[in-house]
Amino acid sequence: MKLTLRVWRQRNADADGAMSTYEVDDISPDMSFLEMLDTLNEELILGGEDPVAFDHDCREGICGACSLVINGDAHGPERTTTCQLHMRSFKDGDIIDIEPWRASAFPVVKDLVVDRSAFDRIIQAGGYITAPTGAAPEAHATPVPKPDADFAFEHAECIGCGACVAACPNGAAMLFTSAKVNHLNVLPQGAPERETRVLDMVAQMDEEGFGGCTLTGECATACPKGIPLVSITGMNKEWLRATRRSGKR
Amino acid sequence: MTRTMWDSSVGKKTVMAVSGLIMLAYLVVHMLGNLKIFFGSDEFNEYAHALRTLGEPFLHYEWALWITRVVLVAAVVAHAVSAYQLSRRDIKARPTKYVHKKPRASYATRTMRWGGIILGLFIVWHILDLTTGTVHPGGFEAGHPYQNVIDTFSTWYGNVIYIVAVLALGLHIRHGFWSAAQTLGVGSRTRDRAFKTIANVLALVLTVGFVSVPVAVMTGVVS
Ligand code: HEM
Ligand code: SF4
Ligand code: FES
Repeated sequence: MKLTLRVWRQRNADADGAMSTYEVDDISPDMSFLEMLDTLNEELILGGEDPVAFDHDCREGICGACSLVINGDAHGPERTTTCQLHMRSFKDGDIIDIEPWRASAFPVVKDLVVDRSAFDRIIQAGGYITAPTGAAPEAHATPVPKPDADFAFEHAECIGCGACVAACPNGAAMLFTSAKVNHLNVLPQGAPERETRVLDMVAQMDEEGFGGCTLTGECATACPKGIPLVSITGMNKEWLRATRRSGKR
Repeated sequence: MTRTMWDSSVGKKTVMAVSGLIMLAYLVVHMLGNLKIFFGSDEFNEYAHALRTLGEPFLHYEWALWITRVVLVAAVVAHAVSAYQLSRRDIKARPTKYVHKKPRASYATRTMRWGGIILGLFIVWHILDLTTGTVHPGGFEAGHPYQNVIDTFSTWYGNVIYIVAVLALGLHIRHGFWSAAQTLGVGSRTRDRAFKTIANVLALVLTVGFVSVPVAVMTGVVS
């Protein structure tokens, strides 16, 4: 396949960026989107140009490092991560626009790489449980009802990629934060911090400059792991419960 | 607790949902009251008078009306201020637009802010028109709402302003009622269809109910 790529190029965080146009040829439909960009970068390097910077790590859809807004969609046209998107989703002669995640809480570092450490700080604010370290406890020591385990697991699938923020017209991190809150708040292991977790994580989310939820649902549509929009409803419920309780104390 | 509410984006959204639902409840009653215009001027004017003596002898003359007014003004102010502050935050959080644009979200969802502004302006206009009579066309007479309504809807702009606002209201409720259920944490996977249906029914019933009055005056059904 022969493709025209229009890629966001930005030298560093302070520089102005712009879209640059590149042609790539001999792209196999079996390549992943990132392999296609590798091909472009090889050519750029051979031509003595600066390769396009983009984030990636596992390349198997589990780490959450890859990003990219492709033709206006976070992670591109399929419901998966950019590393798991294949070129068969495109046609010969296509023009593909590639942009970084856009949100003031995710500043561009270079080209397509953004700084997502705001997510780490939300996790630090409450995305953990207090448990003694050491050998793993016996699995049946703490019984968890099956529906709760399924609910926790569904939310634990969040890989922290930030596509929800990129897709949201308000740059909100509600879906990410709600995935973490729901995952831990439903489990007995997460119970001791049930109230402080949701209050502190939401406060940190606001502090980082993410927007608020207007329930457009763009986040859930973009999420490669299928975290549902009602996850946000669940976090709101937890937040209101925690606020009522902290008022009593 | 009050501080947590007002300082948090989630809390402010709760304020918006509660104040929105208060206004919505009022509007359902208001719309039903308006329909009395189809039963003639006596019944309509009597109804307007009854609103003033509501709660007597327990409440003094017009007290019930004033309590309603105070609650509504508080709701409108709380709703508008939180809408403004949250919208400012949302716009700041996404300063750079994507070069590749895609059509997004439903019409009702995308028009919440503009629709809200239209509703805010309309509320002011509506009170100046039919409560205080300040901008009323023709001779405004307190205590004769039937004639006042007919005067308003005998002007083209009276009709246009009203109908635009009512359509904006329908769209606002369509997304707003369902949103409020999510904000207040009562929505769920199993109840989602029900909340969406109730939102659509409320939006439709309010729109048709409110619009029926100017349409009736225009077509001469009410004169
Ligand atoms: C003063 C004029 C008004 C303004 C500026 C305004 C603005 C807004 C905005 C910006 C939203 C948030 C939209 C979103 O989340 O996407 C909203 C939500 C809402 N509005 Fe209004 N609105 C106004 C009047 C009304 C009226 C008259 C009603 C009553 C029928 C109402 C009921 C609601 C409800 C129920 C919500 C949903 C709250 C939530 O999302 O949790 N609004 N409004
Ligand atoms: S909720 Fe989905 S889109 Fe958001 S960070 Fe988690 S996996 Fe990515
Ligand atoms: S590179 Fe790890 S999820 Fe895509």
